[in-house]
Parts: sequence; structure tokens; C-alpha cells
Amino acid sequence: MNIDELLQRDSFIERGARARAQALLDPGTCRELAGPFERLHSPWLAMQQLVTQADDGVVVAKGLLGGRPTVVLAIEGAFQGGSMGEIGGAKIAGALELAVRDNERGVPTQAVIVFETGGVRLQEANLGLAAIADIQSGIVALRRYRPVVGVSAGTVGCYGGMSIAAGLCSYFIMTREARLGLNGPQVIEQEAGVAEFDARQRGLIWSLTGGEQRVATHLADACVDDDTAAVRAAVADCFARGVPPVHRSDRAADFLACLAQVDTTQQATPDDVRRLYGKGLA
Amino acid sequence: MERLEYEFAAGQPARGRTVSGVVSSGDLEVLLEPAGAGRTTIAVQTSVDGYGATWQALLARVFGAGDLPAARIEINDNGATPGVVRMRIEQAYEQVNETGGGA
Amino acid sequence: MMDTAPHSTSHSTAHPASRGAMWLRLLTGGARPLHDWSTVRACDGILAGRPARYLAIVPDADNGFPRARNGEVGLVEGWRLAQAVRDVIDEDRDRAVQDKRPIVAIIDVPSQAYGRREEAYGIHQALAGAVAAYADARRAGHPVIGLIVGLAMSGAFLAHGYQANRLVALDDPDVAVHAMGKASAARVTLRSVEALEQLAARVPPMAYDIKSFASLGILHEVLRLTNLALPDEQDLALVHGALEAALADILSDPRRDLANRLQGAHRGASRRVRELLATQWEAAD
Repeated sequence: MNIDELLQRDSFIERGARARAQALLDPGTCRELAGPFERLHSPWLAMQQLVTQADDGVVVAKGLLGGRPTVVLAIEGAFQGGSMGEIGGAKIAGALELAVRDNERGVPTQAVIVFETGGVRLQEANLGLAAIADIQSGIVALRRYRPVVGVSAGTVGCYGGMSIAAGLCSYFIMTREARLGLNGPQVIEQEAGVAEFDARQRGLIWSLTGGEQRVATHLADACVDDDTAAVRAAVADCFARGVPPVHRSDRAADFLACLAQVDTTQQATPDDVRRLYGKGLA
Repeated sequence: MERLEYEFAAGQPARGRTVSGVVSSGDLEVLLEPAGAGRTTIAVQTSVDGYGATWQALLARVFGAGDLPAARIEINDNGATPGVVRMRIEQAYEQVNETGGGA
Repeated sequence: MMDTAPHSTSHSTAHPASRGAMWLRLLTGGARPLHDWSTVRACDGILAGRPARYLAIVPDADNGFPRARNGEVGLVEGWRLAQAVRDVIDEDRDRAVQDKRPIVAIIDVPSQAYGRREEAYGIHQALAGAVAAYADARRAGHPVIGLIVGLAMSGAFLAHGYQANRLVALDDPDVAVHAMGKASAARVTLRSVEALEQLAARVPPMAYDIKSFASLGILHEVLRLTNLALPDEQDLALVHGALEAALADILSDPRRDLANRLQGAHRGASRRVRELLATQWEAAD
């Protein structure tokens, strides 16, 4: 982008979850469900004297996208790191379940999930984990009917159990700033030591798990500029492609064939992964 | 964590409902809904204890004139400065005045 | 009863902590694993007089990926689990729903594998492979039962067992379900381990022990055995009985989703959210 484009751009990253959901749906069609005025505050955070957000950090917005019935599940990364608690998780899972019910009745409702999350909210641990299992079940059920499109723009990225949910999506869109990985750098350093992963090495982190790398290695489908129109266009493009003939999560044989070629005595470099997956997963 | 409640004289009911801000560190969320004419109630949930007097003073500055649209306001605060609190309240009122709400 | 995996490089029969390997052996009568895989074992067994497929993750000190040698679910484990489950789906593809074979996930997984190689090669995607396979098996009509015999932690549990129709757990101090180990959880939440433990004592979803987990209403049954480390005939009968009861419960349930986990007192908010969404769903159009 040149300077004019940079000044004109409408950053998607800087938008909160509500504004992201509104931007993705066709103008005038966006209606929020189970919103902040329902006051679904987390009982578990309140029990620990932690301030709660009235929507528990998840926005459910229903409307049209390109004229098609669509529900957007947008996670607010600024609240508790976008972590999944009982209520926020139930909003996503419940909406996916209703989208499945729509399709069973002949209404082709599709879903977008905006992942800005570190995974399970540890203050709700097992209820967050259970909710993520429900979300994963919902994605697998819905994606047979209509694509489930995942987006991660940053700055939180997509980690923990929700990165597994991301891996279930029909398509996954990232920006360069976003990261997609299972374990955060801090956790790997804690569990495996600083030689395995130095959590302060930002270059290392993005080179392995950033949007560009994930797209180059076929673990994500599009890397877009941080621009709302670009994100919206990429989402629409994915829906237009329809349900993929084979989901990425169903390519066990291809992935195992690639992994069999890994020299496990060496650490992995970004180029190693590009070489292997670039060929084996094309 | 502390809960505080306030009440101020107000004008006609606000024209809609809206939400502004997020409960991130140093920020707050403001929920604004119409209330009966003449009275605004404010329920504050805040992560920082012992600042009741500061809240009272700040809210008195914002609502003390008694002519803002009557609203039921809920504030979920995570350690915002008074300046940020005021900004989010004003943002909420702007949002209801512009579009009649929309959350 | 010895494991007889063909030319196995696994030393897991010598590994003292592998309850997963032990229970797989006990429940299948020592059946040979179907593949030459060291950490993912799929065996044919019997459940309620019918053929069933049993799956377990076991440790291998010589595993290729160095961060997946203690029973963790790593890259290869995730994808092989996916393959093992999809094999069952494919083999039973032409059978009527009531004839789809049960799949029993024997769960003893300390965590997902933590490592640079894992992140580089997309362990999140490998685990997604297993999740999708188990979920598809359940939706195709296979009764999927998870039996927690040790640890059921975070991503590893999501991949291996958490998509089951029913979950059964053994009642023992070494049996635990959680989203993150204590040391890491303390670091991430900027608290001491002691402070976390104190919180867990009064916030049920934060606790690690199986009784607290049971109070969330997600488990179908919790089993008290006489000797968890060396189960006797009675213990084995108890476990078989519980698996059979879970199977019967699944077969009598017209729903093959995870809705049966939402009944507990501690999941009231989960139910309320769904009710609210359903009420507002149609009105929004």
C-alpha cells in the first residue's frame, strides 16, 4: 500500500468485535442477538471479584452477507484476551447449532467466526474447555452444509483450543499481523524451556505462525491487508467457493506423508515447512 | 471489585440504547438505555476499590447540570482514568443522538 | 497378557505411568494393535457382545518428535488418530446406523505436545484432524465413548475423547481434567500456584479433581474402583458395565450431538444463552 492508501484505509484490526461484525454484514441487515442488554455477565468472573463485560466478550450478529443469511461470531480480543468463558463460548456454539438447524430446514445459513482469542479463559477453565468442544462440534456439523469461514486479524491472534476450531473451518483468512498457533510462546517456554522457544523473539514467532507463513504453508487460505474492505471481500470470496470438496482437517494422509519426511533431530525453520508443505499440500 | 450507584436529574428519555467501550485494562464499557423522563441512574462495577468520591465528583461534573437525556446507565470499569470514563460516557450519548442507538 | 505390536519400537509396556496402555490391554483382552504405530494404538475389542474399536495414546521414549515422548498428543498422534477413526467410518460406511461400530477412546493424555516443531508444522491442524474424525464418526451414527483413566488435558482431550457421545471417568487423585497445567496457568494468570488452588477450591470449573469436574454435569458416570493401578476382576467388570450402560444410553438417544452435557446445575448459563439465541433467532429476520 502507498501512503495515500495507508491514510485512507479502514483498519479491521482497530475495530472492536461489534464493529467488525457490522462491517462484515450487508449494510442495514445486522441484528445483534443475546447482546449486552441481556446482561449475560460471567457468574464465574463475578465470583472472583473480576469486572465482567455485558456480552462476555462475544458478539453474535445475524444478517445477510452478499444477500445470503449469515451469522457472524466475533470475539472481543480486548476483553480477557478474547478467552472463551462459559457464556461467550455458549453464544458461539449455540449460534452454530441454530445455523445447523436452519440448514436442516432448508435455510442455507452460513457462519463467519472472527477469532481474536488466546483459547480457554483460565478463570473458567473446564467450562471454557467444554464450550470449545461444543463449538468444534458445531463447526463440523455446519460445514457440511455451508462453509464456515474463519478470520483472524490480530492483534491477539488465534491460540489454544480455538486454534483447533480454526483448523476445522472451511476457509481461514489472516492478516500479516495475525498469528495462528496452538500454544502461546510463553506456555512453550514454560513447558519446554527457553532453548525450545524464546517467548521474547517476536521475529521467530511471526516467521513460524504469522499470517504470511500460514498461507504459504497451506494452513490458511488468504493473507489480506489490514483493511476492512479487503477482509470483507476475502470472506465473500470464500463463501462463493462453496463447501470445499475436502476440508483441510480431513487430509490426514497428505499431512502424514509430509511429516514422515521431517528430520526430527533438527529444529524446524520456516523454510523447512514451506518446502515440505508447499509441495505436499499444494 | 466494587459496586457503586448514583442518580441524577435528567431531561427527556434518551432516544435509543447503545454500548461504548470494552472492559480491557484501563478502559471501560458503558451501556446506555432510555429511562423515564427526569432521572438518570448509573450502576458502576469497577475493578479499583476506594474511589467512590472520585466517581461521585466525575459523574457530578458530567450529569450535574441535569439536562442530559434520561438514561439507565451501566458502567463496567477496568481501571480507566476519569478522562477515559468521561470520553466513553460522551461517546455513548453521541451514539444515541446520531442514530437513535443501535446495539 | 503381553502387548504384541508387530515389530514395535515402543517401550510403553515398561512405562510405569501408562494407564492408557494398561486399560487398552485389559478392555480388549490383549488384542494386537492394528497398525505399526508406536504412540497411537487402535485395537479391535468387544463391547456389549458386539465388535468395537478401542483407541489409546501411549508414551514412546523413542518417538521421532522429541516433545511427544510422554504420551502427549503431537503432530503425528493427531493425524494418526484421525486416520484410525476415519478407518472405522469407512469400513462401516454401508452399514445401517444401528450397526455402526462403537468407538471407545481410552483417555490418558497429559497434554498436547509443546514445541517449536509442533507450532511450525501446525499441531493445531493435526488436532483438528482428530476432532473432525471423531465428530464425523459420532454424527454418522457410531456410538463414541470416552473413558478417562488418567489425565485429560486441554488440546489433547479436545482431540481424543471430547467429541464423544458420553464420557465416563475413573475416580482417583491421578485422574484430572483441565485446560492447562498449574505452573503454566499460574504464569499466564499472574498468580501463584497456591492462589490458583485456593480459587479452584471455591470455583468448580477451575478445579483439577474429577469430583469437581463431575459437578459440571458433563460426565455420564464416575467409577470408584478398588485398585486403579492394578484393577481386579471386579474393577474390570465395573468398567465394562459402565461402558455398556453408556452405549445403551447413546443407542436410546435420538440426538447424536453433545446436548446431553448441558443438564448440570453449573451449566445454567449455557442453557440460558441457547434459549435466548433461539428466541431471538427468528425475530431477527
